[in-house]
Amino acid sequence: MARAQPPQQPPPVQRLLLRYAKRGRLRFASHRDFARAFERALRRAGLPMAYSSGFTPHPRISYANPAATGAESEAEYLELGLAQVTDPAVVRTELDQALPDGFDVLRVVERVAGPLAERLQASLWSVDLSAWPSPARLSAVERFEAAEQVWVSRLTKHGQRDFDARSAMVSWSWREADWQVVLRHQVPLVRPDDLVSALVQIEPSGQTPLPPRLLRLAQGPLLGRTVGDPLAPEDPPCESMTAAGAEYGIMRARSETQPAPLLG
Amino acid sequence: MTEPIDAGVPSLYSRLEPLLAQVTRPIQYVGGEQNSILKPWAAAEARWCLMYPDAYEVGQPNQGLAVLYEVLNQRDWILAERSFAVWPDLARLMRRHGLPQFTLEGHRPVRAFDFIGVSLSTELGYTNLLEALDLAGLPLRAADRSVDDPVVVVGGHVASNPEPMADFIDAAVLGDGEQAVLDLSAWLRQWKAAGRPGGRDGLLERFAASGQVYVPRFYSVSYAPAGPIVAVAPNRPGVPERVRKYVLDDLDDWPHPVRPLVPLAETVHERYSVEIFRGCTRGCRFCQAGMITRPVRERSLDRIGLLVERGLAATGLDEVGLLSLSSADHSEIAALTQELADRYEGSQVSLSLPSTRVDAFNLELAEQLSRNGRRTGLTFAPEGGSERMRRVINKNVSADDLIATVSAAFQAGWRQVKLYFMCGLPTETDDDVLAIADLASRVIEVGRRVSGRRDIGCTLSVGAFVPKPQTPFQWAAQADPQIVDHRLRLLRDAIRSDRRHGRAISLRYHDGRPGLIEGLLARGDRRVGQVVEAVWRDGGVFDGWSEHFSFERWADQAERVLARWGIDLDWFTTRPRDQGEVLPWDHLDVGLDQDWLWQDWQDALDSQVVGDCRWAGCSDCGVCPELATQIEIGPTGRHLIPLTVGSKPPAAVRSDG
Repeated sequence: MARAQPPQQPPPVQRLLLRYAKRGRLRFASHRDFARAFERALRRAGLPMAYSSGFTPHPRISYANPAATGAESEAEYLELGLAQVTDPAVVRTELDQALPDGFDVLRVVERVAGPLAERLQASLWSVDLSAWPSPARLSAVERFEAAEQVWVSRLTKHGQRDFDARSAMVSWSWREADWQVVLRHQVPLVRPDDLVSALVQIEPSGQTPLPPRLLRLAQGPLLGRTVGDPLAPEDPPCESMTAAGAEYGIMRARSETQPAPLLG
Repeated sequence: MTEPIDAGVPSLYSRLEPLLAQVTRPIQYVGGEQNSILKPWAAAEARWCLMYPDAYEVGQPNQGLAVLYEVLNQRDWILAERSFAVWPDLARLMRRHGLPQFTLEGHRPVRAFDFIGVSLSTELGYTNLLEALDLAGLPLRAADRSVDDPVVVVGGHVASNPEPMADFIDAAVLGDGEQAVLDLSAWLRQWKAAGRPGGRDGLLERFAASGQVYVPRFYSVSYAPAGPIVAVAPNRPGVPERVRKYVLDDLDDWPHPVRPLVPLAETVHERYSVEIFRGCTRGCRFCQAGMITRPVRERSLDRIGLLVERGLAATGLDEVGLLSLSSADHSEIAALTQELADRYEGSQVSLSLPSTRVDAFNLELAEQLSRNGRRTGLTFAPEGGSERMRRVINKNVSADDLIATVSAAFQAGWRQVKLYFMCGLPTETDDDVLAIADLASRVIEVGRRVSGRRDIGCTLSVGAFVPKPQTPFQWAAQADPQIVDHRLRLLRDAIRSDRRHGRAISLRYHDGRPGLIEGLLARGDRRVGQVVEAVWRDGGVFDGWSEHFSFERWADQAERVLARWGIDLDWFTTRPRDQGEVLPWDHLDVGLDQDWLWQDWQDALDSQVVGDCRWAGCSDCGVCPELATQIEIGPTGRHLIPLTVGSKPPAAVRSDG
């Protein structure tokens, strides 16, 4: 007796793009932890989810490029399919309320053209180097920038991998002791903790007992040396300050930036 | 218990946080889960740290802990927080940085609480409990604790013989925990209000005087030169000879978690669980839970429906587990599964029923539960391979019943069945175990015949039997692991040599040695506690995890420590006991008549079955008269009304959509 396939689920009638933050204690959530919490929040909020077909239907959610466990982020993105047209503002409020504090929904918009993943070309990271003596952190960053390549090694799910951390850096600036770096998304992905490994390799005296805190400030299309807004209806001109960057007022390509005065 | 300590108990989180970046799966330590409860410290008059001495992923889904969390936090004068075993990577960092064992709600030091309430579900958590008490900064031995230290009280099934932990715990509670934790809280409040008369002992004496709280320190144990216990006797006035278990009447009257915590970290069960009844009178002789949780008390169908509805809404979970020791035995299970399946038809909610009955009725239930197209595997637990073996263990199912049931299942479209068995049962021979292979061959044969397909499969899962206290097999000799391993090899070879069916049968088993240590701890006495301490001091923790468990360490320490009394590992495990021997738990009364229990053991040796008292009449096990209680079962005749589920009130939906 053959098992009948369950009925096909209709395609979503509305696709939404979400920007959310991973803050405070919840920076320790892995991407899988977030995904479980998000799907439960959708059900608690009672939103009209669209589901995939098959014996175990899943809500139609596409995650893109999540920040690593332990890193904070103000700029995580996902795409959501709904079975009924719903006001994005209502979705934002309901979901934000249903999610635990620390997973915060910042913006919800109707999907703009093109896959979300293709719009996430680079990230602006802030690396807190306040535990490093200031000469060490200045020197390490200068030498990192000057190097053609800096090879680092990290355990990935495919085993120990070596890759060039320098190649992903597009621009950088100082904001007090926070090193703010634009990293191009490439394969294999260079993460901000790889930059820290590279700095320690260059300047072993900077090694601190605890790893520095990492915060993603923006993620989106790479516009010259800056990161644009992936939720913008169309690509803004390169020279404009993007919404993502403007929020923090810190988007400056390295060449335009004087080294910040160092704080002891 | 020092008051006031509100300002004195700051959160440890800011000190913990830097360490979390260096450990695996840090999310399990941060707390703040949906529906967790953080109460102000100063307002509480009784403060509980509920502890499960295993990792978060195992401990958090524990239903007993969730029930007590609900019962305690419902009271405005009581506060309850949770604490779990930390993995060795974090434990090392905590010791290096001087950070003590903490709770997840307030990240408060465990030592600041009035009670550490420990849920013990398995003996293999003993070393983790010692580790947690040590990390908490508590003196390891109860006798060394001061009036300001928390009272360490254990409950759960393993508490039916807490003797191996006797030196390390202050108290143990047998039976249902709900009333017990409220009684303990009330006695503590009175004792504090009266100015702590008698100090720590004064409080423990108040507990002991109730006759329902066991304070090991108030009992002395004497041993004969050859090893056996001579007597366990109270060593101060006001302490009863025997301690009785707690038993609840009317489960509907008691709180059940309707807003259970929703973990952020991944756990072993991701579902909303409803306990549909407590206790079991099937009388399987190997089953400690079935013996110590009598009598059967059901939750009513409409109450279960309400719990499911509220629980799903509060958690956003999409799986419901209808839990009990044998869920298909609920008097209204057919109506319950059908009406719940009706209610949630078309939604993404799935229902599961951990079921062990081998009959056609069970299959009807499984069909109801898989209406949405999702078919989880069908699992049956014959437990014994031969008819004789099943009579010995009182698992009353015939091979023909099993074949008829799986035949119906294969006809209904299932392709896979899973069968649970045990190896090393009392009176077992090689042939009894080889009968498992014959049974599996028949399953495949009938499956291929009725379905007309070749892709029929059967998974056999075989566990090593461990005799448990407070069961008829408490007098039995545990099988030597070498015998268990030998029989499992015979079984494996028999399946491999079955050319017609062998490839359709997969056999899963573990080596028998961890079972021997579990046996040592299960039927151990206070001397075994010194083995536990020695193993923990040698670095043993997380014994329930194969990558951490070391048989050699346990065997070495047992040999060394027990030699001083002229006894050894075998003395506690593979040695049969006679009726006259004083068992370490004889003074702990779960309600079973000792003569009935011995007779049940004799019946087992004679392959005599005993019926279930719900249908076959009372067998005089003694629980109802001894504990002044009775069976509480339906049917109630009530029904669930249809319910609109899964969609939001229209407010959330745009009108022009």
